[in-house]
Amino acid sequence: MLERSMPTPVAANPLDALAASSRPVEAARLTALGPAARLAFRGREAAISPAGDAFGVALPREACRSHQAEGRFALWLGPDEWLLIVPGAEPAPIFAAIEAATAGMPRSLVDVSARSVGIEIAGAKAAFVLNQGCPLDLSLDAFPVGMCTRTVFHKAEIVLVRLAPDIFHIDVWRSFAPYVWELLEEGRRELA
Amino acid sequence: MLIIDCPWCGKRPEIEFRYGGEAHIARPADPSALTDQEWADFLYSRTNPKGLHAERWRHIHGCGRYFNAVRDTVSDFFVVTYKAGEARPDIGGDK
Amino acid sequence: MTNRFRTASGGRIDRTAPVTFRFDGTTYNGFKGDTLASALIANGVHLVGRSFKYHRPRGFLSAGSDEPNALVTVARDAARTAPNLRATQVELYDGLTAASQNRWPSLNFDAGAMNDLFSPFLPSGFYYKTFMWPAGAWKRFYEPKIRAMAGLGVAPTLPDPDRYTQNYAHCDVLVVGAGPAGLAAALAAAESGAKVILSDEQAEFGGSLLSETSAAIEGKPAAKWLAETLTNLEARDNVTLLTRTTAFGYFPHNLIALAERVTEHLAAPDPDLPRERLWQVRAKEVVLATGALERPLVFPDNDRPGVLLADSGRTYLNRYGVKPGERAVIFTACDAGYRTALDLATGGVTISAIADLRANLDGELPARALKAGIDVRPATVVTGTSGRLRVSSADLGKVKGGDVASPEKVACDVVLMSGGFTPSVHLFSQSRGKLAWDAASGAYLPGTSVERERSAGACRGVYGLQRVLEDGYAQGEAAAKASRDFASPSRGATPAPATSSRAFPAQADDLGTDGFIGATPHGRNPAFTKALVDWQNDVTSKDIKLATREGFRSIEHVKRYTTTGMATDQGKTSNMNALGIVSEALKEEVPKIGLTTFRPPFTPTTFGIFAGAARGDLLDPLRKTAIHDWAAEHGAAFEDVSMWKRAHYFPKAGEDMHAAVARECKAVRSSVGMFDASTLGKIEVVGPDAAEFMNRIYTNAWAKLEPGRLRYGVMLREDGFVMDDGVVGRLAADRFHVTTTTGGAPRVLAHMEDYLQTEWPDLDVWLTSTTEQWAVIAVQGQNARAVLQPLIEGIDLSKEAFPHMSVREGRICGVPTRLFSVSFTGELGFEVNVPAEYGRFVWEAIFAAGEPFGITPYGTETMHVLRAEKGYIIVGQETDGTATPDDVNLGWAVGKAKKDFVGKRSLARDSMSAPDRKQLVGLLTKEPAIVLEEGAQIVADPGAPVPVPMLGFVTSSYPSATLGRSIALAVIKGGRARIGETLFVAMPDRAIEVELVEPAFYDPKGERLNA
Repeated sequence: MLERSMPTPVAANPLDALAASSRPVEAARLTALGPAARLAFRGREAAISPAGDAFGVALPREACRSHQAEGRFALWLGPDEWLLIVPGAEPAPIFAAIEAATAGMPRSLVDVSARSVGIEIAGAKAAFVLNQGCPLDLSLDAFPVGMCTRTVFHKAEIVLVRLAPDIFHIDVWRSFAPYVWELLEEGRRELA
Repeated sequence: MLIIDCPWCGKRPEIEFRYGGEAHIARPADPSALTDQEWADFLYSRTNPKGLHAERWRHIHGCGRYFNAVRDTVSDFFVVTYKAGEARPDIGGDK
Repeated sequence: MTNRFRTASGGRIDRTAPVTFRFDGTTYNGFKGDTLASALIANGVHLVGRSFKYHRPRGFLSAGSDEPNALVTVARDAARTAPNLRATQVELYDGLTAASQNRWPSLNFDAGAMNDLFSPFLPSGFYYKTFMWPAGAWKRFYEPKIRAMAGLGVAPTLPDPDRYTQNYAHCDVLVVGAGPAGLAAALAAAESGAKVILSDEQAEFGGSLLSETSAAIEGKPAAKWLAETLTNLEARDNVTLLTRTTAFGYFPHNLIALAERVTEHLAAPDPDLPRERLWQVRAKEVVLATGALERPLVFPDNDRPGVLLADSGRTYLNRYGVKPGERAVIFTACDAGYRTALDLATGGVTISAIADLRANLDGELPARALKAGIDVRPATVVTGTSGRLRVSSADLGKVKGGDVASPEKVACDVVLMSGGFTPSVHLFSQSRGKLAWDAASGAYLPGTSVERERSAGACRGVYGLQRVLEDGYAQGEAAAKASRDFASPSRGATPAPATSSRAFPAQADDLGTDGFIGATPHGRNPAFTKALVDWQNDVTSKDIKLATREGFRSIEHVKRYTTTGMATDQGKTSNMNALGIVSEALKEEVPKIGLTTFRPPFTPTTFGIFAGAARGDLLDPLRKTAIHDWAAEHGAAFEDVSMWKRAHYFPKAGEDMHAAVARECKAVRSSVGMFDASTLGKIEVVGPDAAEFMNRIYTNAWAKLEPGRLRYGVMLREDGFVMDDGVVGRLAADRFHVTTTTGGAPRVLAHMEDYLQTEWPDLDVWLTSTTEQWAVIAVQGQNARAVLQPLIEGIDLSKEAFPHMSVREGRICGVPTRLFSVSFTGELGFEVNVPAEYGRFVWEAIFAAGEPFGITPYGTETMHVLRAEKGYIIVGQETDGTATPDDVNLGWAVGKAKKDFVGKRSLARDSMSAPDRKQLVGLLTKEPAIVLEEGAQIVADPGAPVPVPMLGFVTSSYPSATLGRSIALAVIKGGRARIGETLFVAMPDRAIEVELVEPAFYDPKGERLNA
């Protein structure tokens, strides 16, 4: 069979080249994050707890808040919508576990692992750089650690999560990722 | 750029939202029972009031939810926002 | 190298930091801290421009952003050239190069000045009255000539090499203006813990305090108090201080736009710094502390270089250490003229006379002037000035009754005038606040608020240093308190005037609120005088009176007819005087005349700051598929489809598009081609009610579609017209993989969400966009199966096990795939969906596996030709938003047995099935080589009298290599019944004969699909 001689599948990240040529800026460090399992979970009340149990992280019920445990993230994106992210993991087993735990319940689970890529921006001026394209108030009072939301960065939609006072994660659809990355670079250029 | 109070996410800038036209115009349960004129009214007739206007907005770059808002078309200030499916609060203005 | 008009000491300039600059080719010296204006005046240069219409010589009128005359071009290089900058705001740096504008050949001798001689023939409305005939000449002849003569500066033609950035910012209290009121407001808000942003357009905070030499606050000299206050504010984490930052626009819900000039004042800016930054500040509360602008007096020849506003003259002396002249005549209608006179006298300037419009001089300042021995003349006006390029004397005449006694000529080199102060209500007015006329001070003041803002200090008619400081502090405190209670952006009512919790004992001259608006009497023949009202647009009092005589009564009409207040300074110095003149001419109270609207920007703003980073490739997101780079490496030409870059065709050496497309088409028809279809929109519809939802959204029936099968779906808007189409796969009872057109993806998802959320919230089904999850590789042609076979695991590709229009899940090259057997080419075909991160890997594997078959990558152009040969429509090409399914031969896709679906009721309207609707047909030109033009109109008789009835138009047209001739699709009224007829495609130079045919040119029975 031909399969024997086939090369191992190679996953590509649209930020590979941009990240390689990026110059360091201490006040707003930029990192292209590696692959992750991403699942879009939607569902009615009955399915929410079982889904969280199967995922290993309770799905947050408070608007715009994230939960995390042991490298797994559950992000509230809407009243019946969560984005589940597990960096570095294969989506299939997680998908199967949640699908099984919620079988027969009114819900939707879709593998969107390849739909988006992750970017981390960290440093004292991370919020300043984000605010060049994101219209939200990113002060700690208004956007505390653990907050997450869909919003916009310039003309791209992003999911923004604050993991620490100075650390934000951006999840952005892959074809928009270079645009977001380049504008982050543009925004932190004056901090170099 | 207006500030809009999403019933789920709170106050957010207008750029995250899409306008959705007049609120509380339910699609008829049985369209085939309507006359052409009644159907045309459903499709096209809107109130366009000067003053309080109940309208649909979607927090498209946020929680994604449609919701309703009463906005004063004279001042451009929102009086109230409420979740889809809830009745229009009794605050006067054109129905 | 000394500055002749520089004082020996004093001012805020840094005398240890000399600076060299050039103006109109001459090198001059100044100091760090100078503006271009103060440095030129220090060198005795007052002539800095020519007026807009009459090309009259002009000097500086003011010392700030209200300057109408001194517009200059500052050039760092050919690209970094900024025209129309106010010299009074341009900060001096070493090497600065500036030039005057609107003069030819030179500032001293300007040919355009002959307009001044012809001015009796250039009254207001002159252009409207004169350049009316012949009709076409305005655009061709008059306008270009007039524009060339009456221009401002010239914009550079090179791209702007500078960077501009934009920042959103949020605060509890934004304070606009950092004069005494603004500083006190910021201090109060900051002390209460509020997050404060304080902005000011000038290089230094302080406003009027920067020009104070004798005032004291809390027992300290004003300058010391200012320094201490700034140190206090700077030390606070909750305060952001923005100098060189103009609040230029006030937008709804307290969004204020600030333009910060970051590097404009630097000799060698760091290229990593933006030239300017746009701050979009969302403030819970705003305190406007924008101060007041001094009003000129309107008297004949008041625009001669050397005629300045009095308080500006004082600013030049006290702040910049520059004497505006050596012998001054003061013309004033208020005490400000005396304050200037006293300061100038102290600074060594001879005060020749003070002409005071007022008869009774009972104030403290006039008394001090008299005591100082200054020639003070009550009830006296200036009736004219002399001097060619600089004032050399002023004519002073006594006002008696309504007359002016014959004037006395008084020698001087500077005339300083003051008509009182106009509160700067621009931003308040922009915020939609209502202005109220205050008869006591003769000014419009902020009335009813709309936004959550309050005004403080002189901009709301509060004068006197101590009162201003206390008002500022009170408003700052009140704003901070209100921000703590913030619940909504709406204000509802005007905030009650607050009283300060803190006293600011201060000693300073009290100017009162005297003043004058309108034109001062002069007793001269008006035909031979020019008393300027609007310096920048060259509008005189005569022009305004003429407008009222010609019947214009509203100030809005007078403004447009005379252009007063319409220049880039927005009438900062002219609006009130224009109002006064109209008021007097019409014998109506000022508030009855009205007031023109204040619009953003407060001062002219660069285009760059609005563009920000959105330029070049970052103008819009530029979406590329996972396979894009491979296509680029293989020479693809790209086309833009919505935000995507799509491979258009893959030319080989020497091929043009036509040749490349012909080759690509032949490859697909004869063997196999591959196509990147990743941009297709994809939506996963999942949930127990998924099929029910699909039934309601699409025209098709879905209940009976088995898992593992595909169906072509058509979606209508509620008005019955085709909105989108695409292939849908059913993966499981509760899971559909929907595809949409590339451009329609967001629209379709929004349409579905709308119905799901608002009409059918009871349905247990959810929508997830998967457009970017999947890379899609179409493999099309009779050898498609042979190419894919060795790469696939877990799917039986045989015709029997995997018939046309099926979907299977398995692996390709070790990567999970959803494999569709589907064709948009009419050939046997597959669409390989793989997770996007593996798109290029799988593409390359298929390309390698296809090499023995001559697999050919093709682009969107070939895709279009292949589908047109089959008569497959493209939504947006064959449809235009007014096509029913039946119009485009998709009637078969409408589930007629279904009780309801979106658009069904509309299809039942009679007009939606009228026989003369435009229907899709094929066109074959009689001459096979002619390729029709898309969009061309189709007529029955090209010789018919105009207007020729149009029957329809060409929607798609291509040369078909497969068929060896051109083909076209068209929509034609009653087209299906006309098949077989000959019609004509009307072109400008000829009519092309075409035959109407069935819109399927190739393999009409579809036998090749199931190969």
